[in-house]
Amino acid sequence: MSDNMENKTNTTPNEEIENENNQTQYSLNDDRRVKVLSPGAMVAKRFFRNRIAVVGLCILAFMFIFSFVGGLITPYKEDQKFQRIEIQNKEFAGVKENDDLKYLDAEGIERGRLNAEIGKKIRDKLADDSSDSASTTLKHNGVVYRITKEGTDFYTITDIKENKVIGIEYKDIISNSKDNSDFSYDFKFNALKAYSNQLSSFTADGKNYALADDGSIMVGDEEIGFISRYQINTVHADVFLSRAFKDELLVELEKAETDKSIDSFSFTDENGEKSIYTLEYKPATDEWIIYKGTPTNVFDTYSFPTKDHWLGTDRNGMDMLTRLMYGGRVSLVIGFIVEAIATILGIIMGGLAGYFGKWVDQLIMRIVDIFYCIPSTPLLIIIGAVMDANSTPNRLRMIFLMLILGFLGWPGMARLIRGQILSLREQEFMTATEAGGISVSRRIFKHLVPNVIPQIIVSVTMGVGGTIITEASLSFLGLGVRFPFASWGNIINDVNRFYVLTNYWFIWIPAGILLLLTVLAFNLVGDGLRDAFDPKMKR
Amino acid sequence: MGKYILKRLFLSVIIFFFVMLIVYALIRGLPSSFVENVARAKSQMPGSKSYDEWLKQLNAMYGLDKGIFAGYLSWLGQFFTGNFGDSWKYTVPVIQKFNEVVWISFIMGVITMVLELLISIPLGIIAATKQYSKTDYAISILALTFISLPTFFFIALLQLVFSVKLGWFEPFGLVGRYYSQMDGWHQFLDKAYHLVLPIVTLVIISIGGLMRYTRTNMLEVLNADYIRTARAKGVSEHKVIYYHAFRNTLIPLVTIVGGSLPGLFSGALFTETMFKINGIGYISYQCMIEGDIPFSMFYLAFLSILTLLGNLIADILYAVVDPRVRLA
Repeated sequence: MSDNMENKTNTTPNEEIENENNQTQYSLNDDRRVKVLSPGAMVAKRFFRNRIAVVGLCILAFMFIFSFVGGLITPYKEDQKFQRIEIQNKEFAGVKENDDLKYLDAEGIERGRLNAEIGKKIRDKLADDSSDSASTTLKHNGVVYRITKEGTDFYTITDIKENKVIGIEYKDIISNSKDNSDFSYDFKFNALKAYSNQLSSFTADGKNYALADDGSIMVGDEEIGFISRYQINTVHADVFLSRAFKDELLVELEKAETDKSIDSFSFTDENGEKSIYTLEYKPATDEWIIYKGTPTNVFDTYSFPTKDHWLGTDRNGMDMLTRLMYGGRVSLVIGFIVEAIATILGIIMGGLAGYFGKWVDQLIMRIVDIFYCIPSTPLLIIIGAVMDANSTPNRLRMIFLMLILGFLGWPGMARLIRGQILSLREQEFMTATEAGGISVSRRIFKHLVPNVIPQIIVSVTMGVGGTIITEASLSFLGLGVRFPFASWGNIINDVNRFYVLTNYWFIWIPAGILLLLTVLAFNLVGDGLRDAFDPKMKR
Repeated sequence: MGKYILKRLFLSVIIFFFVMLIVYALIRGLPSSFVENVARAKSQMPGSKSYDEWLKQLNAMYGLDKGIFAGYLSWLGQFFTGNFGDSWKYTVPVIQKFNEVVWISFIMGVITMVLELLISIPLGIIAATKQYSKTDYAISILALTFISLPTFFFIALLQLVFSVKLGWFEPFGLVGRYYSQMDGWHQFLDKAYHLVLPIVTLVIISIGGLMRYTRTNMLEVLNADYIRTARAKGVSEHKVIYYHAFRNTLIPLVTIVGGSLPGLFSGALFTETMFKINGIGYISYQCMIEGDIPFSMFYLAFLSILTLLGNLIADILYAVVDPRVRLA
């Protein structure tokens, strides 16, 4: 800006030289040539000499760029919510090596012939019977059963009287490779028999199946099931565990059993989804519990500053920096609109009171007295609560807020202008306007008010700062600008949650600093302007 | 003088009438869920009247069935006969609740004002006597910063630094955990300890304004002719400043301080709310947002009277302190 000033001082003599060349009769005298600065330029010069005021102006410039340009540059929207993927461990499956004989009713036999009671007896009998004999008998409830060993850990139970196989006892588990549906009894019987005798094929339900050494049951090249000593159960009925997953799981479990540091592994299923599985051993039941880490989308709330979000995210998962920019917009716009309303009303009322005096002055000044006496903060709180009760839409709320603040603000301005005009109207130039027959409204608003402009500018500058604080205070109480609109006040409002105060500095400290700096800057500039406008000032 | 005061008092009453009319009109917009709740509770008692009848009766009792102007007049009548009603939120007479909570606010206000005067007047004078020096700039910027401080943000900062990080003070409350087991002296100390942060807050946010006011007035006085005369006479600079100039600076200061005396009772809304101190500021805030009409009306009337009283005191003091001023 100082460059501008130098330019001005330089150009003025040049123009005068031109004037001299063209019209010598209008040449200026030396005494006029010294006077190169207009009153406005003098004020500007004094203002820019005041370093503190210039700092204030720079802060204000930054705030305007930050709020109005920043909102355009930022890649995010004002109320754009961000999500993050959070791994939530849910119990997924249990794995247990099957040590117990399981029983299965044969086809056509009423359910429950083989029950837990008889199963226990059979187990005891088999445990007692150390001899590796092919069959043994057992009496239960008056019925005699024959237990026939058909292979390793595989027995059939026959009711001797009826001479009928009523079920099987087995330890190896057959799983379906395709879905969770069960195989038929005949299939199971034959498959288990073949497996426990280490045969490579079997026939069931009239079809031929191949049985691999690892327990896979094949039809041609297609695996339809497999046999294993491990029992793997899912927690969710609708989840199907693939063979590949089961194999991988068993390998990992074996590793985990020897190496205690392994407690999780990742597995990519046939759909290409990768999940993290956590393993946990339960000694009480000799069981492994598998937890599946399910990636869940949650709102990215209170995340600390990162490269994507320079100031982190807020309670709703919105980008803090973007919120601050839009908040600045709201604060500045409200500040200016409120001051504009207050100033226009104040100029009109103050101008009328000052110029006309007498009963007009009395009336207006008593109204001013009433406004001065209204406790404004409680009143604004009540208005906020009333708007709450009527559930006023948030946009309308903002407009009401501006109107009310503006309406409460005019008496100060009116008083200032009236005071100035009272002293100005007695001066000669006003007598001249009266003598010249200029209309009253022109006299007031063209001749009196412009003379008060310095005071108005200073008062407006400081008033904007004050209004911003008032707005922020109301928004802080939750009675001013409301979510989804951002305002520095309602951003800081989150500090009412004590954990935000203690843990998340990035939520409220930046907003507070911006607010403080903005208000301070308005005050500094206002102060600087007051000094610059004051002709009595020393420098 | 007496005639002037009478005239001012008469004017004050008129202003009070209109201010409270505006306030009453707005307050009537608050939801009167209290009346509905009471009516519902009463109608559910055995053998009671219906809900509608109760609602009607209660509305009549609180003057809510009349239009705004008639309701206002009846409120005003009650107010001037000293009947302030019962607080809906606290279900005790308004005046009793008010008496319970106003004194802690008053104590805080008095301590704050004393500290404010002790800090800001000397600093303002120093800044004025050393105009355009580094000290002056430092004090002026400090004063402006304090004026610009958003109270709620400053309190949050204090709580973070002194309560959470340093652990010197408790973040909330007026009394500690073991208050009831202490003897009188320790109870007093406990309260004083809990009041440190609130009072620091109040002092910091209030000294800026008075500091600037003192500086401006001191500068004006220092530029006056009689100071030049005193200096020309050869009076020592110390005596010029602390005898001639200071006494004249006191005139506007006494006026403004006298005018703010009634304000000591008005409470500090943000400070009390954020430090959770049951003073008049906090309690009235609660009442206002929860639609406790009797308490809110009483509080706002009280505030208006305080303001009018403050203005009157300031004007009278102005004439009393400054012999050049005559009231007419």
